Amino acid sequence: METLGSFFAMGGYAAFVWPAFGVTAAVLIGLLLASLKSWRDNEAALRSLEDSQQTRRRRSERGNAP
Amino acid sequence: MHRFANPTRVLRIAAAILPWSAALTIVLFASGLYFALVASPIDYQQKDAVRIMYVHVPAAFMGMMGYALLAVASAVGLIWRHPVADLTAKAAAPIGAAFTFVCLVSGSLWGQPTWGTWWVWDARLTSVLILFFLYVGYMAIWQAYDDQARAARAAAILALVGSVNLPIIHYSVTWWNTLHQGSSFSLAGSAIDPAMLLPLGLMTGAFAAYFVTVLIYRLRSEIAQRKLGVLRLRQAEGLQAT
Repeated sequence: METLGSFFAMGGYAAFVWPAFGVTAAVLIGLLLASLKSWRDNEAALRSLEDSQQTRRRRSERGNAP
Repeated sequence: MHRFANPTRVLRIAAAILPWSAALTIVLFASGLYFALVASPIDYQQKDAVRIMYVHVPAAFMGMMGYALLAVASAVGLIWRHPVADLTAKAAAPIGAAFTFVCLVSGSLWGQPTWGTWWVWDARLTSVLILFFLYVGYMAIWQAYDDQARAARAAAILALVGSVNLPIIHYSVTWWNTLHQGSSFSLAGSAIDPAMLLPLGLMTGAFAAYFVTVLIYRLRSEIAQRKLGVLRLRQAEGLQAT
């Protein structure tokens, strides 16, 4: 790599090399973010449901369930 | 609670692997991209277009490995009724599909400057396209059933039937005439120059580490979702009983 310009030119193959790497990056980063989001959402929903069920159980054990 | 006993152990093992696979993903991508784009020689014929190999070949390899994992996990789920195996297969499918998609797109972008065409309907390209459709069909079956146990069974059967496609992909370049080159790797060694083998190996390692990392997050998500379903069902039953 002599200059930044020749690096980006990819010996005239820029129109093929950069889209190939770009699509790869877009797909892999997109899938990673979607997977992280689905994990966080499901964990949060599970935790809030578990909390609410515990509260209800404690209340009914004390005998003042609504 | 035997239903949760096993997932808990799986999740513990996954939590132990995750920091290593995540760190490996970052290190291997950083070094792999440096060698793939900067510090590797150009091909005497293909010039810089050869750099597409460093995403195309690892994507093809992981697309097929992902399907092999999906098929094995499906078989385990089908035979031993192991829910974690079903969820592992379900979690692996989108990752394998993503790699297969990357393989097809990068192959097309490599085909135009080297073969003079974006696409040909020959055995290798067509069988990899079928692999992509198998992944999509597998994911669609999971969406099609409300009953998760039935969905798992139907999806697993498709996964196993579709696994005949793997040897077809592998041998397609020897069985049929094709534009696609034959395998550069054999038990005897590699036909690729060491200076190109290094980025190829690093990128393959990066893709594999990425696969493991994302698989762990997706499996966590699937197990949490399954527990959520069980709890909601129990809550509904409890409300009915009182």
